[in-house]
Amino acid sequence: MSRRPCFAGTALAAAATLFLAACTPGTEASDDVAPSGQEAKGSIEFWHFFTDREAKAIDDAIAQFSDAHPDIDVRVTAGQDDAKMLQAISSGKGPDVGLSYSTDIVGKFCSSGAWRDLTPYIERDEIDLEQFPATVRSYTSYHDRRCAMPFLADVYGLYYNKTLLAQAGYTEPPKTMTELADMAKKLTKRAPDGTIEVAGYVPLLNFYEHTPQHIVPGWDAKWLTADEKSAIGTDPQWQAMLKWHKDLVDWYGYDNLQKFTAGLGDEWSADNAFHKGKLAMSVDGEYRVAFLTDQAPDVDFGTAPLPVADDQADRYGAGFVTGNVAGISANSKNPEASWALIEYLTTETGSIVGLSNAIKNVPTTSDALASPDLQVDEKFKVFLDIFEHPETSTTPPNASGPKYVEMAQEYVDGYLSGANKDLASGLADLDTRIDQALDLGR
Amino acid sequence: MTALLERPASVADKPPRRRPARRWRHRLTVLSFMAPALLGIGVFFLYPLLAAVYFSFTRFDLLTVPRWVGLRNYTYLFTQDSVAGQAALNTVWFVLILVPARMLAALLTSMLLVSLKRGGGFFRTIFYLPALAPPVAATIAFVFLFNPATGPVNEVLSWFGVDGPLWFDSPDWSKPSLVLLGTWAVGDLMVIFLAALLDVPKPLYEAAAIDGANAWQRFWHVTFPSLSPVLVFAAVTGVIQTLQYFTQAAVAASVASGTATTGGGISSTFGYPENSTLTYPLHLYVSGFRYYDMGYANALAVVLFVVAFGVTVVLLRRFRAFTGGAR
Repeated sequence: MSRRPCFAGTALAAAATLFLAACTPGTEASDDVAPSGQEAKGSIEFWHFFTDREAKAIDDAIAQFSDAHPDIDVRVTAGQDDAKMLQAISSGKGPDVGLSYSTDIVGKFCSSGAWRDLTPYIERDEIDLEQFPATVRSYTSYHDRRCAMPFLADVYGLYYNKTLLAQAGYTEPPKTMTELADMAKKLTKRAPDGTIEVAGYVPLLNFYEHTPQHIVPGWDAKWLTADEKSAIGTDPQWQAMLKWHKDLVDWYGYDNLQKFTAGLGDEWSADNAFHKGKLAMSVDGEYRVAFLTDQAPDVDFGTAPLPVADDQADRYGAGFVTGNVAGISANSKNPEASWALIEYLTTETGSIVGLSNAIKNVPTTSDALASPDLQVDEKFKVFLDIFEHPETSTTPPNASGPKYVEMAQEYVDGYLSGANKDLASGLADLDTRIDQALDLGR
Repeated sequence: MTALLERPASVADKPPRRRPARRWRHRLTVLSFMAPALLGIGVFFLYPLLAAVYFSFTRFDLLTVPRWVGLRNYTYLFTQDSVAGQAALNTVWFVLILVPARMLAALLTSMLLVSLKRGGGFFRTIFYLPALAPPVAATIAFVFLFNPATGPVNEVLSWFGVDGPLWFDSPDWSKPSLVLLGTWAVGDLMVIFLAALLDVPKPLYEAAAIDGANAWQRFWHVTFPSLSPVLVFAAVTGVIQTLQYFTQAAVAASVASGTATTGGGISSTFGYPENSTLTYPLHLYVSGFRYYDMGYANALAVVLFVVAFGVTVVLLRRFRAFTGGAR
């Protein structure tokens, strides 16, 4: 038996392994920072996800930054999502500064090193992190590695159509879940054949912004334990929350709701159902105020905090907060100029207030929140109050990104449709599956 | 002339000295002609394949250096990931239903066109046109047509007293709705079948008719055997394409869910409703590019490759006799 094929095979395998290993992407960033007082200069690339009207506001902010830092040239690319940013960073061609719309990626970007640790810059420039609320500080770092800075925030609350509420005899929005269910039923209008014409409140948990993520704070239900295991199956608030929704779904009829929601306009278009008076009450972010003002000025609407579970009345006023986050790519060739941009966009009061006024997102620093230049009407003020509420919360960052949230979403959809019957055992099984999935990402 | 053909004795006695060089030159010539193809196969097939196998045994997130984890990804795939099982079942469903449905629709359409005495060219164009529609545009149009609240399909059904289903919004109807979309755009297969039908020798039909064969017998004993190589081709390519079914399922789910997201891409809507349209390649994409479990995504890809390869081999062997041997 010849040994040559064996040798050749081994050599080929070794060469292939070396080749594969050599071609494997990886990110390494130096934590060295320049001494204090040195002015940054050069070119940087900035990617963000905004489009249209909101992208224009970003361009204006960048123009102001360029005026303040004439030695830094910022090239802006709009409409970039997280997946593109990650792929670009892994290939070594990522932007210097990236802006993500979701805090879901912070755990992944921090733990993998896709975004640099900003602590050395923060310490050098003596940035006071206490100017951000605790929840905001929590969603911009992971395992004590601060790789992101908060760039405005999204806060979720209840929108209600004042005209429809008045027709049903209501002058105030609901504050508890029982009130919400009662009002939803009374505000719903049906055709003679049972078809829904106007929904008081759509209880499907995959409709527009009405998702488990956004309404969980109303029940104070927990996602993960301290050691990052799923808490969904053991926290009784999850069962209470889902049973409440299931009861209301059954009252409407699941198929009726599916048919009704299928016929509604796109969430991000002028045909949004709340704009069209098809929804009496709806969960949405603070940005909807600007959309309504722009696209449906005739709708008489009000805003309020999300209703809370009946036995948690003292928590009324809290809600869900998430935010846009900015970071410096691991392979940025000009991290000093990148940090200068991030520092400007996330801590400069004038910049934050200007952006908040333009795109109606919630400013994240205490100085910006207190600024007399911040344009605040009674509808927007509701979201500022939710933002500052001590019980306002977010989904905890995780190295697997949004995986656990989306696995819960899948289960919840099946439960509300009737496909998943046994809630207690289903949630316990969900715990197991989430833990296994999160282990895969560790 | 004879003298010219005779080999000198000294040359005949010795082995030809230039033959190895000529042989090498011949080999190099062949290799140089094959080089572009070999290079392409190596760079775009063998290297990605080897890389996928290697990464499937690692924990890899695109950003950090892969960490060897042995069979962990495969263990998770085969014993813990229930979504992968559901995605695999959905894909098998499409292979079993969509492929035969498309073949049947294409066969019937092409037979109809062959039998037309007039206007064949016009109708060929009409039936082929849907194949020219971009899959994304066609899928969006179908979802709007089949919208249970505002779509014209349910409106027409209601004229006959039929309460139309939820189509793309129902876990029971979403896959059949995609099959309808697939059978609408069968122009590619139809053209192939049409050419094969026109190629069937007329004397065979005449002989069958003289023997008293009816229409079904003529189809079964004359048309079908003549078409069998083309049918096998359609089946094999159809199965391979359907194992990779992605675009239509992704777009239909995204549009029907009505939850287009800004910034996060559409992958969070894949599978809507209730994972009924989540195919295996969609699950692979989500694992790799939404959850960044690239090692696990590669394990999914390796399994898909093995299955597709195995199915192709089985199909070809199974139908070898059917298509008339190894022709």
